[in-house]
Amino acid sequence: MTIEFEAPKPIAQMQMMLQTVAENMMRSVSRDFDENEHAIPWDYVEFMHTAMKAAGGGGGLTVTEGKPKEGAEKRPPIGYQRLAAQIEMLSWGDVGFYLVTPGGGLGAAAVVAAGSPEQKAKFLTRFNEEKPTFAAMCMTEPGAGSDTSAIRARAVLDEKSNEWVINGEKIFVTAGDKSFNEYEKFGKGFIVVWASIDPSAGRAGMRAFVVEAGTPGVKVTKLEHKLGIRASDTASISLVDARVPFENLLGKPTVEKTTTGFKGAMATFDATRPLVAASGLGVARAALEFLKEKLMENGVQIRYGMPRNKLTSIEKDVIDMEIQLRSAWLLVLKAVWMADNKKPNALESSMSKVRAGDVVTKITQKAVEIMGPLGYSREFLLEKWFRDAKITDIYEGTGQINRLVVARQILGYSGSELR
Amino acid sequence: MYSFEPNEEQQMLMDAVGKYAANDLRAAAHDAEESRELPRKLIGKGWELGLLQASTPEAYGGFGERSAVTGALAVEEMAFGDLAGALAVMTPSLFATPILLGGSEEQRQEYLPNIVGGEWAPYTAALIEYTFDFDPNALRTTAKVEGDGYALNGEKAFVPFAKDAEAMIVYANLNGVTQGFIVPKDAAGLSIGEREKLMGLNALPLHRVKLDNVKVPATNRLGGAPGHDFGLVLSAMRVASASAALGVAKASFEYSKNYAKEREAFGVKIAQKQAVAFMLAEMVTEIESIRLLTWEAAWKLDTNKEDSCVAAYLAFTGACDMAMMVTDRGVQILGGHGYIREHPVELFMRNGRGFPMLLGLAIV
Ligand SMILES: Cc1cc2nc3c(=O)[nH]c(=O)nc-3n(C[C@H](O)[C@H](O)[C@H](O)COP(=O)(O)OP(=O)(O)OC[C@H]3O[C@@H](n4cnc5c(N)ncnc54)[C@H](O)[C@@H]3O)c2cc1C
Repeated sequence: MTIEFEAPKPIAQMQMMLQTVAENMMRSVSRDFDENEHAIPWDYVEFMHTAMKAAGGGGGLTVTEGKPKEGAEKRPPIGYQRLAAQIEMLSWGDVGFYLVTPGGGLGAAAVVAAGSPEQKAKFLTRFNEEKPTFAAMCMTEPGAGSDTSAIRARAVLDEKSNEWVINGEKIFVTAGDKSFNEYEKFGKGFIVVWASIDPSAGRAGMRAFVVEAGTPGVKVTKLEHKLGIRASDTASISLVDARVPFENLLGKPTVEKTTTGFKGAMATFDATRPLVAASGLGVARAALEFLKEKLMENGVQIRYGMPRNKLTSIEKDVIDMEIQLRSAWLLVLKAVWMADNKKPNALESSMSKVRAGDVVTKITQKAVEIMGPLGYSREFLLEKWFRDAKITDIYEGTGQINRLVVARQILGYSGSELR
Repeated sequence: MYSFEPNEEQQMLMDAVGKYAANDLRAAAHDAEESRELPRKLIGKGWELGLLQASTPEAYGGFGERSAVTGALAVEEMAFGDLAGALAVMTPSLFATPILLGGSEEQRQEYLPNIVGGEWAPYTAALIEYTFDFDPNALRTTAKVEGDGYALNGEKAFVPFAKDAEAMIVYANLNGVTQGFIVPKDAAGLSIGEREKLMGLNALPLHRVKLDNVKVPATNRLGGAPGHDFGLVLSAMRVASASAALGVAKASFEYSKNYAKEREAFGVKIAQKQAVAFMLAEMVTEIESIRLLTWEAAWKLDTNKEDSCVAAYLAFTGACDMAMMVTDRGVQILGGHGYIREHPVELFMRNGRGFPMLLGLAIV
């Protein structure tokens, strides 16, 4: 091993291509889709689907390794690094759009983390078919957000029909509508629903179930109106005696006190937290670049190299923002590099999310402040990025929850020793 | 490729330095600070680890190549033990490394084998000036062409081991550009002032240095007649300072973390309280992110990237804030006990405040 910071060539090339997409298909219509909440950016969705299919990525934005050239030396894996870079760039374009990139998203991630080979084959191939297809993950409930052990949704096995009968109320499901409801232009998706098969067992009784789109008894009851990321639908989903086949359960049907069904969810988070961080940092980079461009237009130079106490307040702010952005990005890179190299990264993964949650909110808030009325005006996208950025510190574990994870890791504490 | 792990050689060096830092430097730190004195034997032992020797090519008496990344790793390990002790051990680098980076062939031949091959000896450098807006790129100390040499005028501050120094590099303003000049100890017009009394770093002998029309031959300009790129020297100093800041911060973090796992209040360990646990989580996150920023800057210096100087500046600037944030919390986590000089966290905090003004006391 060594210490190196050279972007791998395939990533650098892909970034250039994605930047063109971001500029031409996202930025140009970003404002429209912010003002028309829940409208679907079809052009972007179809373009991305076609492009990803052509790239043979297995559908959607997933961890993929390019095929090594005949006779070429085997290269170290960079799949997660590539994915983080893709997400950063797409979010630089428009994070709301990025969230409607077709593919399995968090739903598929749960299948990858906890599903059997047969389940993977059954549920994941659809993302590479003719029509763009979505999947979503339903963990959160009205009474259970950060505290996932409070989940009330229940799954009971009907032994006669060998089906699971699920009842529950899920909220804040990203892409829940596109995954569950029928759209002519979309393929048939699914949602992954977390429910308990044994409420007396606490977390050990928690399981994930694949619920196919259109399953009777399941309804999208609401689409949230949000501060930002308005192109992304955030759905409430109710399940009333919803029946799913036995084999749609991800993981074991029996509850053992020693193992927790929850491990699957947690493994998913180790993998996805740096990606959420990457997404937020894309927004922050957009804001910082815009700020520097506007300052330059107005004749404000940033004098790098000057001692702090000789700088103007704007220079100081911009320099701080650059430090925050770059150092947070390096944490993301390290976390995904560890994932690529199969090193346990729970600590780094949560650190990257903590840091990104902090800096993207600070950077976008400061940028609006420095731009004054221009920052506050809807003439520019800066005020939108401020609204979009805030979600980074909330979903996939709030800043506080990720601090808990980091603290437990460094202190060697369990969840009960540090709540 | 991206890669975030020291290679085997670097890891071995880090282990050796880390051991010395923890066992020798840390053990001596409290008494050294209070008595304002570092035992020479202690410094000698650190010198024998061979940091400078390993980054000097064989042609000049060493046995390796300079690498800012390796230097950054070593400086952090060393500073983890004690900042004053670490800076003392590495003081000869302040003289040798700029010569390696920007010196003429003659200068390298003349000085490096001697320094690198011998026992630890006080060769040093004078950069800092005693003004609130000290700026290494706008020095008040001047160099003027006089005859076939230069005349130096001005005053320098915080010069380590100036009293005993065999020779020092004095940085001065030559027509608006900072340049280094090699000044031997017996130069006429050079006078060494009283020892500085500072908030921290009391174990390190620092002195004011006056230059009253000190004349040096043209060959003593760093790099000879054409001079040198001071930006590279400054960047190497910034990366070193950032690394030292990381070492001090890590020391404070580790100490307060261990304390928090022992100390009880309200029936639980204080680390079990979120208010304390979250401080620790933020400290470690801040340290790790600035560490990566520093490594990247060092790597950019090693690979001659166009923006390496800006990267070094950003890493240094971030590290200054990081060190203050972390060492302040270290004291806070120990509460009243943190304020007592029996625990090292207050010294970490005093040292942690110094980085913005102590640029020029370390180099990689
Ligand atoms: C736009 C959007 C999209 C989302 N997408 C999805 C999705 O696709 N699937 C899904 O399942 N969920 C999704 N979520 C839900 C999201 O993950 C939760 O909102 C989040 O985990 C927080 O839960 P909560 O909102 O119930 O807040 P609460 O848990 O009620 O938290 C409120 C506050 O208390 C703090 N807090 C809670 N517990 C602790 C503790 N132990 N220590 C210290 N502080 C604590 C929190 O940090 C927060 O500041 C989405 C949410 C939003 C807004």
